[in-house]
Amino acid sequence: MSNPLTRRDCLRAAAALALCGMSGGLYAAPVSGPRFLLVFLRGGYDATNTLIPYSSGFYYEARPNLAIARPDAALSSGALALDGDWALAPALRDSIGGLWQARQAAFVPFAGTPDLSRSHFETQDSIELGQPADGAHDFRSGFLARLHQTLSGGSLPAIAFTDALPLSFAGPGEIPNLSLKNVGKPPFDERQVRILSEMYAGHALEPAVTSGLELRRQVAQTMESLTQEMKASGRDALSIKGFELEAERIARLMRDSYRLGFVDIGGWDTHVNEGGATGQLATNLTGLGRGLTLFAQSLGPEWKNTVVVVLSEFGRTFRENGNRGTDHGHGTAYWVLGGAINGGRIAGRQQPLERADLFQDRDYPVLNDYRSLLGGLFAGMWGLSAAQTAQVFPQSEAADLRLI
Amino acid sequence: MQKAPTPRTNGLNRQRLPAPFCCALVLALAATLALLACSTQAPQPGPAERAAPLTTLKRQDAAWLERVDFGLDTRSLNDYRGSGRARYLDEQLHPPQDSLPPAIASQVALLESAPQDTAQILKSLQERRRALEALADPEAKDAARKALNEEGNQAEYRAVRLQLLRAVYSSSQLREQMVWFWLNHFSLYQYKADVRWLAADYEAQAIRPHALGRFRDLVLATLEHPAMLQYLDNAQNAAGHVNENYARELMELHTLGVAGGYSQADVQQLARILTGVGINAGAAPRLKPEWQALYLRRGAFEFNPARHDFGPKMLLGQKIEGKGFAEVEQAVTLIVRENACAQFIARELVTYYVGDSPPPALVAAVAASFRRSDGDIAVTLRTLFLAPEFSAQRTAKFKDPMRYVISAVRLAYDGRTISNTHPLIEWLNALGEAPFGRQTPDGYPLTGTAWESPGQMSRRFEIARAIGNGNVHLFEAEDGSGAAVTGFPQLSNRLYYEAIEPFLAASTRSALTQANSPQEWNTFMLASPEMNYE
Repeated sequence: MSNPLTRRDCLRAAAALALCGMSGGLYAAPVSGPRFLLVFLRGGYDATNTLIPYSSGFYYEARPNLAIARPDAALSSGALALDGDWALAPALRDSIGGLWQARQAAFVPFAGTPDLSRSHFETQDSIELGQPADGAHDFRSGFLARLHQTLSGGSLPAIAFTDALPLSFAGPGEIPNLSLKNVGKPPFDERQVRILSEMYAGHALEPAVTSGLELRRQVAQTMESLTQEMKASGRDALSIKGFELEAERIARLMRDSYRLGFVDIGGWDTHVNEGGATGQLATNLTGLGRGLTLFAQSLGPEWKNTVVVVLSEFGRTFRENGNRGTDHGHGTAYWVLGGAINGGRIAGRQQPLERADLFQDRDYPVLNDYRSLLGGLFAGMWGLSAAQTAQVFPQSEAADLRLI
Repeated sequence: MQKAPTPRTNGLNRQRLPAPFCCALVLALAATLALLACSTQAPQPGPAERAAPLTTLKRQDAAWLERVDFGLDTRSLNDYRGSGRARYLDEQLHPPQDSLPPAIASQVALLESAPQDTAQILKSLQERRRALEALADPEAKDAARKALNEEGNQAEYRAVRLQLLRAVYSSSQLREQMVWFWLNHFSLYQYKADVRWLAADYEAQAIRPHALGRFRDLVLATLEHPAMLQYLDNAQNAAGHVNENYARELMELHTLGVAGGYSQADVQQLARILTGVGINAGAAPRLKPEWQALYLRRGAFEFNPARHDFGPKMLLGQKIEGKGFAEVEQAVTLIVRENACAQFIARELVTYYVGDSPPPALVAAVAASFRRSDGDIAVTLRTLFLAPEFSAQRTAKFKDPMRYVISAVRLAYDGRTISNTHPLIEWLNALGEAPFGRQTPDGYPLTGTAWESPGQMSRRFEIARAIGNGNVHLFEAEDGSGAAVTGFPQLSNRLYYEAIEPFLAASTRSALTQANSPQEWNTFMLASPEMNYE
């Protein structure tokens, strides 16, 4: 349980599956193979002003201050029409809009969970656990950890790019976590690494010590080569900030070493002064969109093997509130990005969005259950059987949204 | 096994270190001894401080003391030497009110000045929230919201700072460990409801006074505390609108354990018993005359008969007649006297103090002591710490992050006064054991294996380096200005030669001899297996 795989187990797995990595993910992943990154927007991002339901007259009634103007083909800025009903926020036009046009981006509106608590705390947890809504939750079992176990018994290199291991990865494997927001120089030189490792030679903790030091060295080295490349290409590292910088680092590690990743981004709880085409939400979306585009570029050829899902615990109220913001709602929109996905589509079940169609007269209803949606996606990516998909999402039927 | 160390005259082994470094060490040791000599001028020197020669502690004594304390420091070692194990344990089980060095005591006094009771805290919070909602200007409202949020962070920081200062410096080390243990057992998550504002009071009023007292009192004190009432939703539990959350966790996590022999029906019955136990920071409600005598109020804790289900209940096979809050007291007494409760608490204590696979005979002995003493925690711990299995058990226990960080700081900054606890909190966050940071009510795991991950080890080494190099931030003012003390700590001091050096493994000695500087020597020492296990 707590012992990482032995080298021999690892080689056996490598022979069988052409991949090799301790659960901590020390050994380089093969060049090719599916990769998955989950981007969790904590706080409940306003899907309505991101994927704009511009065919709904009620949208413009319900958001007198926040609504984003209808797309205008004559304008090269402004919302980008995706089809006859939906438009993409102007803040994402240059980034995610480009991926959409290359058919590398899809959206699933009316997505979400059956959880109706509208509490950040409870809904984030229930999504990350991914367990049936009724019944007691097991907080030691997150859905990414179950996916990790289901895919070759946990030998696939996985990592959370966070300060603490997220609930999604709670489980029996030893999944490392390391935030890439601020990565300093490697703390120890080669000599010190050797001395520290030797101090644990033959000790029960030797594998953990060796792989821990190796992970830290590997990350530092990757960051160093990234900095060198950026210098060589005349790009100033300092001009790239926040999530963009993080996303490029994540891409490099996912390209070279990891197959399952998790990152979260906060700041989406826009109760006050949310803004419209510009403002608080637009600023957040711009950074996110640019970061994800950079992520796609940095993966190079491996972008074709990669799927990114962007999600949030819930959507926000369809109507704006009295503070030019929005409150906790229900249904939201999930993003699916990838170099080889069947993109350029709005996927999943949809319905009209006039006043009478709202859930509890306030929110998007949930028509696409997140467990079915993600289950179908994973099944398509890794060719999972129904039984395997059920290990990841018990008592849930995978929905094939033909995204893969 | 190690061969016995060669006899030394001054406690230093000259062969191990390059000459200049060795000289530095001799000077450092001389300085340490000089400081110790000075400290004997203090008003009440401990008997051991006066004349203690440099003699090696027995391995068993060092190991025992390391577990009963948050690791070793000079003061604990002197106390232990002066009293002997039995008396030392007595003093630890029945500690004085507070036992802090003056410099820390004054910091603590400052933090504790003018505490409000929970009703005042919540009332003022409610008033400010109302004022905030009434603001017309969205920008002003946003600014007010941020200010209030920052105030919550400060309130929580104050609670954590008090806890950490005491953990490092109090000579009542066992009480401080039990405060941590029970805070984790009756875990809170800071970001739910108003927990950040209530955390300091929870520690001071619900946990600390009972940490070595009676388990039943501890359960009732946490049950009544507004922080727990908010965190596990019993504040919402009323007749006709039953919320089972707290009732379930009270049995599953706090007393009986998940396989503790209660049923779903028991959970429902206990939830009914707990109806009306809630929070009120405002005026008392108007009640029917026959209910007025049953109404209770302590701080923001309230028992409101108008919200209580007075029907009869069956709990764990016993009938409980409807009579108000007395039902709750009766139910808690019933639960804590269950055999399952003694077993559950004994198992947790032995896991925390001895190891991941608690020896069944030791668990049985500790559980028997818990039952015989009617849940007296001090009596139960005495049984644990004096049991032959406790000393015989030498499969070391991997320290959780709290024990690692506190023990490293105690050893490194032996008695020196830290003015800024932010680095300690950052280290605990980085190691995944943030104070009041466990999202789920089960508390952090007590097993060592839960922490033995690659990321954990590399982060511990980085923290070892930060402490070993002399992290100046520890000595800055709280606002980050003006470090009062600089320089790296002298780990290779008298304490080290008496209680640590003789028991080091060959591989650790070998690493230490390869150190190029005192700072690097400190880093290797703090990164060693000996520092990561107790």
